[in-house]
Amino acid sequence: MSARDWLLDESPNSRMQANAGRFYRMGLALLRNPLAVLGALIILLLIATAVFAPWIAPESPVGQMLDRRLLPPSSANWMGTDELGRDIFSRVVYGARITLMIVALVAIIAAPLGLIIGAVAGYFGGWVDKLLMGFTDIFLSMPKLILALAFVAALGPGIENAIIAIAITAWPAYARIARAETITFRSSEFISAVKLVGASDARIIGLHVVPLCMSSMIVRVTLDMAGIILTAAGLGFLGLGAQPPLPEWGAMISRGRVFILDQWWVATMPGFAIILVSLGFCFLGDGLRDVLDPKQAGKS
Amino acid sequence: MTPLLEIENLRVSFPTTQGRIEVVKGVSFTLGRERLGIVGESGSGKSMTGRAILRLIRSPGEVTAERMMFDGTDLLSRSERAMRPLRGARMSMIMQDPKFSLNPVMTVGAQIAEAVRAHESVPRRALANRVREMLEAVRINDPDRVARMYPHEVSGGMGQRVMIAMMLIPRPDLLIADEPTSALDVSVQAQVLDLIDELIVNNGMGLLLISHDLNLVARYCDRILVMNSGEVVESCDAADLHAATHPYTRGLLAAIPRIDETRDVLPVLDRSAWSGT
Amino acid sequence: MTAISLKSLTISYGGIPAVHDVSLEIGDGESFALVGESGSGKSTVLRAIAGLAPEWTGEISVLGAPRGHGPDRAFARTCQMVFQDPYGSLHPRKTVDSVLSEPLIVHGLSERSGRVSEALDMVGLGQEFRFRFPHQLSGGQRQRVAIARALMLKPRIMLLDEPTSALDVSVQAEILNLLKRLRRDQGLTYLMVTHNLPVVAFMCDRMAVMNAGRVVETAPSSALRTGDFSDPYAQHLYAASGGDEIASKDGQ
Repeated sequence: MSARDWLLDESPNSRMQANAGRFYRMGLALLRNPLAVLGALIILLLIATAVFAPWIAPESPVGQMLDRRLLPPSSANWMGTDELGRDIFSRVVYGARITLMIVALVAIIAAPLGLIIGAVAGYFGGWVDKLLMGFTDIFLSMPKLILALAFVAALGPGIENAIIAIAITAWPAYARIARAETITFRSSEFISAVKLVGASDARIIGLHVVPLCMSSMIVRVTLDMAGIILTAAGLGFLGLGAQPPLPEWGAMISRGRVFILDQWWVATMPGFAIILVSLGFCFLGDGLRDVLDPKQAGKS
Repeated sequence: MTPLLEIENLRVSFPTTQGRIEVVKGVSFTLGRERLGIVGESGSGKSMTGRAILRLIRSPGEVTAERMMFDGTDLLSRSERAMRPLRGARMSMIMQDPKFSLNPVMTVGAQIAEAVRAHESVPRRALANRVREMLEAVRINDPDRVARMYPHEVSGGMGQRVMIAMMLIPRPDLLIADEPTSALDVSVQAQVLDLIDELIVNNGMGLLLISHDLNLVARYCDRILVMNSGEVVESCDAADLHAATHPYTRGLLAAIPRIDETRDVLPVLDRSAWSGT
Repeated sequence: MTAISLKSLTISYGGIPAVHDVSLEIGDGESFALVGESGSGKSTVLRAIAGLAPEWTGEISVLGAPRGHGPDRAFARTCQMVFQDPYGSLHPRKTVDSVLSEPLIVHGLSERSGRVSEALDMVGLGQEFRFRFPHQLSGGQRQRVAIARALMLKPRIMLLDEPTSALDVSVQAEILNLLKRLRRDQGLTYLMVTHNLPVVAFMCDRMAVMNAGRVVETAPSSALRTGDFSDPYAQHLYAASGGDEIASKDGQ
């Protein structure tokens, strides 16, 4: 029996095989969507670049060579050099690490926080819901970038604080989704059935409610990644995110702004990187939505 | 006299990951100005047959037939545009649940009037009169008040009567009723079916009643087709249903508990008896 | 001994009473039906007993012990429920195995694997169904899983909420036979809610007819063979459910 047969077996022999089969089927469905595959390839490229940055980048991202300032793209410096003579390609490659870190940390902080708050609010309803959602709405009513700016201003500029600030502004949207999703099946019979068995509320939320919110959450987080990257770049651009000499893409654009008319490549190259990665997450998110959340497919 | 509806070798298929699957596999029948029942369990293709006649199956579903004639015109060769004046005006369909079939933001009266206006132009006063007459015909006691109500304000039984009014007001020749009463309580079911029956007989229409309920179909139809996995397995007069010969029909009849039940175990369909697998 | 005893039970939803002053005694080992049409409050009574409709006044006792208002762990081991919709009563992301193991884990019972496969045997599902997801099962198979789940804690009372109304007649016959066999083998008490009088005739010993939130008549199910009802609504329901044909047959 081949691995494929094992995965597609209609009557699996263990829970592990059943779950592996389910993921395999999802993977197959995802592979049928060319845009999703393209998105996944871009994300893989980002991850590979971040991991192998020291081997890919020809130079150090911070090494200054003032005698070759603002050179246009050439065979020696593929993306040209900046105002301190640093190789922009090397900086973009190392920047992938920062971007990936921001994206991963924001997802790890904001998604579970929003998921739990939303699931608890939706499951219990009543005053718990009113309280938690009122709190969520306060955060939701403030413009993301402004709120993030306020937090960074209070905590002090720096990449870590930018990540915390973005996470704080990102979770309310997830809480809303998780709550809406939870409400649709809160009174469904399979939840009633676990209640009748005597399971505790914590167990029901953790093991029965949350897994059902997962797929729409994964889709939403993936689609939001582009926005998170842009917010991080925005903070970097305003000088409140990553600090020099860190090669963060937003900060690089900010520095390049001064020369944008004569030395276009300084701002444009990191800009391309941002667009490419954002697009990758958008494509992947759309594809994931079709696979994980069939009832939403084709909408919006 | 030519029959109202002639269907020959009707096939409906849908694509799946394992290739195209036929849900209706060569169904043929003719229908005059009479009441024909199609009975089957879920997945038997009975609803798809009804939808295929109205050409309501959307791509990627595919409908083929050797012949599909309605009152002398060929349904198969008609374009979507040419189907529209037929649908509603000459053949209409009552669906299972009035909740999903009525527009929630239009009053009942406006929706019934719309059904007429879609096909003919009638002066406003005459239209209002016709709506009132139709609501009276479906035994709604206070037609003027009900005409001003919204769908969520009427009960299930009344909603289904409104649907019937809507479908019958353009005076169609053929009515396809797909499980018209299965969302209704038993005591209302009989009222709604009696009403459909009376209107059909009085207006000399043809009725295609699609249902999973053998007893109900036997009671309200002249002839019965029994469908199983896309094929007609038995065709008989309603009065002779108890003498059905096909094992599937017999099994189905036996599996229904009776109100004066004395059996200890219900016989279960032995699906291997006829499908050859 | 009474399995379920209801005394002047009034149940409300959001402050509006849906069931008024219901008193019933259901004997141990009995199969009892609550019959009525939509909106009659029959399912509400079942949900109140199960602990899913906590807004009630009056008295509910199960096997002699008074019942509190919410779900409760000890109660779970004496009384379980099977729901109407086989498509809504199983968690879409959980395998049959994990659905059936859940009650055992919650109650800290051991030998889970053996008990799960035993339960599958009991409801007539082969072991090959054990690791399937609900979408890989037919309506009848799902309902078998739901029945197996209810039996995992070996309860003595089963609350059945229209267990076959969403199923085809041929599948309904299989599930009804299964429920009947399980009751005989395990000495279960059934309280079944249904609108289908022929199902009552097949499954139940006694029945209560409900209309507009009240019990209008209690009768043995043998009354379905004779049409022996005194309440006008019960007579009407009986006639609409096919009883009129029996009456006319008798008249001939």
